Amino acid sequence: MALPAYYGPLHRAGHYGLRILAGLVLVFLMLPILVIVPLSFNAQPYFTFTEGMLALDPDAYSLRWYREIWTDAKWTLAIRNSFAIGIAAAALATLLGTVAAVGLASPHMPFKRLVTALLLSPMIVPLIIIAAGMFFFYTNFGLVGTYPGLVIAHAALGVPFVIITVTATLVGFDQSLFNAGLSLGASPTRVFWDVVIPLIRPGVISGALFAFVTSFDEVVLVLFLAGPEQRTIPRQMFSGLREQINPTILAVATLLVVLSMALLLTLEMLRRRSERLRGVEA
Amino acid sequence: MTDSSLPEPGVRRSDALDRTDAANAARNERRRRGRAFLFVVPLLVFIAFAFVAPIGTMLFRSVYNPTTAALVPETLEALRDWDGEGTPDAEAMRRFAVDMKRMAGDRTSGQLAEEVNRLLPGTSSVVKSTARALRRVDDAELAANGDALLVEASERWAEPGIWRALRRSGRTYTEGYYLTALDLEMTREGDIQQRDTQIYLKLYGKTLWMAFVITVLTIVLGYPLAFYMAGAPPKVANILMVFVLLPFWTSLLVRTTAWIALLQTNGVVNSTLMALGVTNAPLEMLYTQFSTIIAMTHILLPFMVLPLYSVMRGIDPSYMRAAMSMGSPPIPAFLRIYLPMSLPGLSAGALLVFIISVGYYITPALVGGTDGQMISNIIAFHMQQSNNWELAAALGSLLLALILLLYWLYDRFVGASNIKLG
Repeated sequence: MALPAYYGPLHRAGHYGLRILAGLVLVFLMLPILVIVPLSFNAQPYFTFTEGMLALDPDAYSLRWYREIWTDAKWTLAIRNSFAIGIAAAALATLLGTVAAVGLASPHMPFKRLVTALLLSPMIVPLIIIAAGMFFFYTNFGLVGTYPGLVIAHAALGVPFVIITVTATLVGFDQSLFNAGLSLGASPTRVFWDVVIPLIRPGVISGALFAFVTSFDEVVLVLFLAGPEQRTIPRQMFSGLREQINPTILAVATLLVVLSMALLLTLEMLRRRSERLRGVEA
Repeated sequence: MTDSSLPEPGVRRSDALDRTDAANAARNERRRRGRAFLFVVPLLVFIAFAFVAPIGTMLFRSVYNPTTAALVPETLEALRDWDGEGTPDAEAMRRFAVDMKRMAGDRTSGQLAEEVNRLLPGTSSVVKSTARALRRVDDAELAANGDALLVEASERWAEPGIWRALRRSGRTYTEGYYLTALDLEMTREGDIQQRDTQIYLKLYGKTLWMAFVITVLTIVLGYPLAFYMAGAPPKVANILMVFVLLPFWTSLLVRTTAWIALLQTNGVVNSTLMALGVTNAPLEMLYTQFSTIIAMTHILLPFMVLPLYSVMRGIDPSYMRAAMSMGSPPIPAFLRIYLPMSLPGLSAGALLVFIISVGYYITPALVGGTDGQMISNIIAFHMQQSNNWELAAALGSLLLALILLLYWLYDRFVGASNIKLG
């Protein structure tokens, strides 16, 4: 980039200084995440780079911690649980959240501000408070230590994300389309599925992804509400980091980094699609 | 339209039409409102059960403690008229001796010991040993001579203090946990005074201080980055955005794991520092307040960069150029033109980071050691280890009040509906 001619020397220094500063902050953001990737191929049971690794000796690298993930029953159970609970919680949150967002977007919605604040509140309240409250309350219904209990808890956490993303795609949604469908004789449900859903699909999908990730990455509620049968990946990592630090955690962490990259790509594609759709509408 | 809505004689026609129109419009509006609300009902019911009721239960737990009242109702009844001086009358003490034997039999004396001990530390063993001593005594003997046997089992039963603690723990609704959570206590006369040792207020203070430091650090790091990204060409900015979003999307546990690998005694940072000759011996960085702050700054930095960037992108760079072309040096131009315009993003990011860090639990629990613990960690401790659920609930309710206050500020200055994702 060429700098404008009226820039003084101080200004130039500031410009390059800013560039360097921004670069350093990006290193600070990325480096910790990238450091664990090579460490996960450590042949030794340590969390540090060995001499051999630094000398790029192939014998110092191994896949043993990745094999460990697939052979250790605790990890396989955790992986299964994380996906099962995440998918169920995301489905529940998306279903209820999408329908509610359509109502909230209507100009006739009563108490809109209050209802929105209430529905978004699970995002604001600290998890430890939610966990304590759910533990007290869910005990009465025998939900502690069960899959349904965790799915309900995680779905409640995912709802705000669905509301936010779907409401965002509903901005500019023309309510007269709904009325047009009704006037042509379709039932409200039919209009909802055939007219509304196709138009807001990108928002619904990214809401579902947010809800899934929220559940997939959640550990505080799992610590309080799950029994040994409902251990999830973060729960397993948490106890691993507390009890005996073992590079299997690094291998799992690396796989999770790959997963989040895939997720980021998906969301970016959805965003572009949504923008394209809106461009067509405009 | 029915006949009744036709104009009555003497009323001007347009008035009547207005009235029926208004009625129709109101009915239509009511129907539309009803229909819109119907969409929200299923989720409201779900959130009420899954989220609101649990929070309500926690608030209730912080003032509700029926344990002692359920364990020794008759003793408490007998103690009701006691003036709190000297020992209670012999009848009440005998009643309690009988209760103690029963509790020793059904193994509930431990629960009572815990409850009384909470109000008068050091009395847990008194209650337990008395229960053991009275377990084998004959019922008739207890009913006749229980008061003497109590004092024989432990001299503490001759003191009024332990009886006062017993009576106080027998109240079903209590403000006691809030007093404890605020480091206050009730004197014998019923006045409220500060406790000698300040535990929880100190911890709240430390939590707020750490949240403040983390917020400042995210501003120091996030502002220049967002500023640079906002001024960069769109293609560059999009690539840099990936570097901000990837950490944002990466699992919290992964990022915490990374900091453990970096900061531990023979970790990456220490090895690098020693290889560079900065230090001779590894620094103790993990399990300190320092590690909590640095890891949380890393984790929360995207929450600062994203709102800042979205505001800065909307600031027209020609304002700055205009100021400088008219002779303003860059720094005053920045302070007077750009900074005020970026304030909405700055306040949104700062409040968001502050709110999230005040309630944080996982990262301090894993990298904080004893030094880097925050208020959430002590709540978890009382939930899981000391089993003092009511105190945990009281501490949690205070934290909730704090968060709601901050959220209210956020809503006033930023608008809660402006929360954006990515």
